[in-house]
Amino acid sequence: MAIKDFPVEECILQGNAACPGCPATMALRMVFKALGKNTVMVVPACCTAVIESLYPHTSFDIPVMNIAFEAAAAGASGVEAALRMQGKKDTTVLAWAGDGGTYDIGIQALSGALERGTNFIYICYNNQIYSNTGIQRSGATPYAAWTTTTVSGKTEFRKEMGDIIQAHHIPYSAQTCVSYPDDLYRKLKKAKSIKGPKYLEIMAPCPPGWRFSMEKTVEMGRMAVETGAWALYECENDVVTFNGKSKLILEKKIERKSIEEWIKYQGRFSHLFKPKKDTKRIQTLEDHIDQLWERYRKCYL
Amino acid sequence: MKRYDVVTTISYPKTGAMGKTGSWRVFKPIFDKAKCVKCLRCWIFCPEASIRREKDGTISIDYEYCKGCGICANECKVEAITMEREGGKK
Amino acid sequence: MTIMIDTGNYIAAKAAVMAKPDVVAAYPITPQTTLVEGIANYVGTGEFKGEYICVESEHSAMSACIGASAAGSRTFTGTSSHGLLLMHEMLHWAALARLPVVMCNINRVIGPGWNIWTDENDSISQRDTGWIQFYCSSNQEIFDTIIQAFRLAEHKNVSLPVMVSYNAFILSHTSMPVEIPKQQVIDDFLGKYEPLWKLDVDNPITFGNIIGPAGYYKVRRAMQDAQENAEKLIPQIAKEWKQKSGYYHGDLLELYKCDDAEYILLAMGAIGAESKVAIDEMQKKGVKIGLARVRTFRPFPKEEIVKLSRQADLIVIDRNISVGSEGALFSEVKAALYDKSDAKVYGFIAGLGGKDVPYYDVEIICKKAIDGKTKGYEWYGLEEA
Repeated sequence: MAIKDFPVEECILQGNAACPGCPATMALRMVFKALGKNTVMVVPACCTAVIESLYPHTSFDIPVMNIAFEAAAAGASGVEAALRMQGKKDTTVLAWAGDGGTYDIGIQALSGALERGTNFIYICYNNQIYSNTGIQRSGATPYAAWTTTTVSGKTEFRKEMGDIIQAHHIPYSAQTCVSYPDDLYRKLKKAKSIKGPKYLEIMAPCPPGWRFSMEKTVEMGRMAVETGAWALYECENDVVTFNGKSKLILEKKIERKSIEEWIKYQGRFSHLFKPKKDTKRIQTLEDHIDQLWERYRKCYL
Repeated sequence: MKRYDVVTTISYPKTGAMGKTGSWRVFKPIFDKAKCVKCLRCWIFCPEASIRREKDGTISIDYEYCKGCGICANECKVEAITMEREGGKK
Repeated sequence: MTIMIDTGNYIAAKAAVMAKPDVVAAYPITPQTTLVEGIANYVGTGEFKGEYICVESEHSAMSACIGASAAGSRTFTGTSSHGLLLMHEMLHWAALARLPVVMCNINRVIGPGWNIWTDENDSISQRDTGWIQFYCSSNQEIFDTIIQAFRLAEHKNVSLPVMVSYNAFILSHTSMPVEIPKQQVIDDFLGKYEPLWKLDVDNPITFGNIIGPAGYYKVRRAMQDAQENAEKLIPQIAKEWKQKSGYYHGDLLELYKCDDAEYILLAMGAIGAESKVAIDEMQKKGVKIGLARVRTFRPFPKEEIVKLSRQADLIVIDRNISVGSEGALFSEVKAALYDKSDAKVYGFIAGLGGKDVPYYDVEIICKKAIDGKTKGYEWYGLEEA
């Protein structure tokens, strides 16, 4: 869809508490353009709870319920059941959580809601860290990345949340990225049209968290896709389709860019470049991404 | 807007809930209409919704709230937006 | 009106379903299981027309109830012991959000080691969550209190969640005859639920965002005001229910043979029921003793207890222990009397871990206090195997 055809309506108001260059507000603008104002949103502890701004005011122009860190999917289940019982079946229930609230502390409630078939959209905006608490590692943090709790770089690889979600065999799940509005918008529209649990994950590069310059948010998302560090795909009724550049990488029609092209802009990886280039760990990152794509090809080509 | 008669954390929508965030800016986006190709990439990627769509298909910038992140300038493929330091060039 | 002979849990399920909540979200735990199974049965028979969400944990049970209540629906759940403890964070959340969720808690021992019998440490340790707490002593009282709990929780001057506690097995799994009023009586008594606030796409508020110290301070104060309002409403609601159903189990306290009493025993739950037999026995022997069974631990019946202390010394039995201090009821009673009464207060811990407390033990406890053979605070029955 051409950008000019995106709805002009906004649900995030200006003058909110988000950092400059924030991928969360950027993504939320696109999400609400797809979902519209007949949406109730459930937000656990995450940056968005701050972005809402300070009581007695809010920067959101749709109903929002904040809930505890691990409870987004369960809270949304309750909202969905209540609205359905009241006959408000056309209202979209959206749970909007970060990777900490999704991959880690909230995974139990999320899994439960997916298994129960809750009719809602769960979106994880993934900035690969606990950013709201000041940049600690999460299950989504990539190998070798600095965080305040992995000061020499993370020694483990990130979790494959997409696989965990697919194991629930829900009607629709997808990975997208804030740098691809058309992909994001289309996937949200599709999610809205399907009954049952829907899961979307939005790659959301965080300038203060990843230590890159704030004008590069979109660029960092694009590079995540072009290097294969992040894949755009969707899974509808257990059929996986890769989208955009990720499809071309999967089909080997283009070669993915070197991971160096992505990480060299990010201060969280700067220890891999100075004082001396750490070729071993950079290679480990490259190899891991190669393995990921080999597995994708085996499963989905 | 209906106000609920209960004392708990209930907040009501307000533009500028955190004040005029334009004051956060260090660099200011300057729009050159002559160069604009109306692609609207700046509009869709603005994290603040501080880029307004104009009737002629171009844009304008709401400096009251623009935080000056520079994404619009970075994403503009024809350099129709450039960043200038607030209070004088460079 | 019909008579239903059934266990506390099935009676609670009946009451919950007759209150017509839109949403029930619950997770099974012994000894609450038959309560949620009871509700599930009513889903099967079509008698329960709401949504029963089979969540994957108690934390999610309370979270789902919060979501449903925030969306404007009447909401019910039930749990016990470890389940209640897992909910702890969300108990605070529900109360701070001023959501009138009603919940049964079947008082069960906390592990380790695993022990499914009754004591009241589970709910007593939720004392400061902001929930109103009732303790029941019979299956009829369970039924009537659940109905009253919805009315109280949803009252515009209260709007707080209510916990209805009763003892594991002694009530939860023991059959008793209970009079069930006609559905219309309950419908009339409860009326339509009108939430004080709700998630509404036509009125888009944000609930629970960041709040500064001054605003938060007021939120806490409003909760305290709501509890104080509840203190006044509980007797009114009990009276009104008595007119409608014929049943009355007391206000914040149930007073039993307290006229002319020189000693008054305070106890909660099943020990409170058992104590009535002990009071009868002791009065037969000429002891001037009565019983004040504590029905609500929050709001705490301070004024009523001060009033009783003007006529009698007080004997308190706690089926809980605030480790490092003393029984919670004992502490609260003494705090209520401070600077207002010179009555003596004797405290006893009894029945922890589900240890039986029959009426003759209650008699021994009272006699020890009356005969001055206690230091004022002690653990009863510890020496027995």
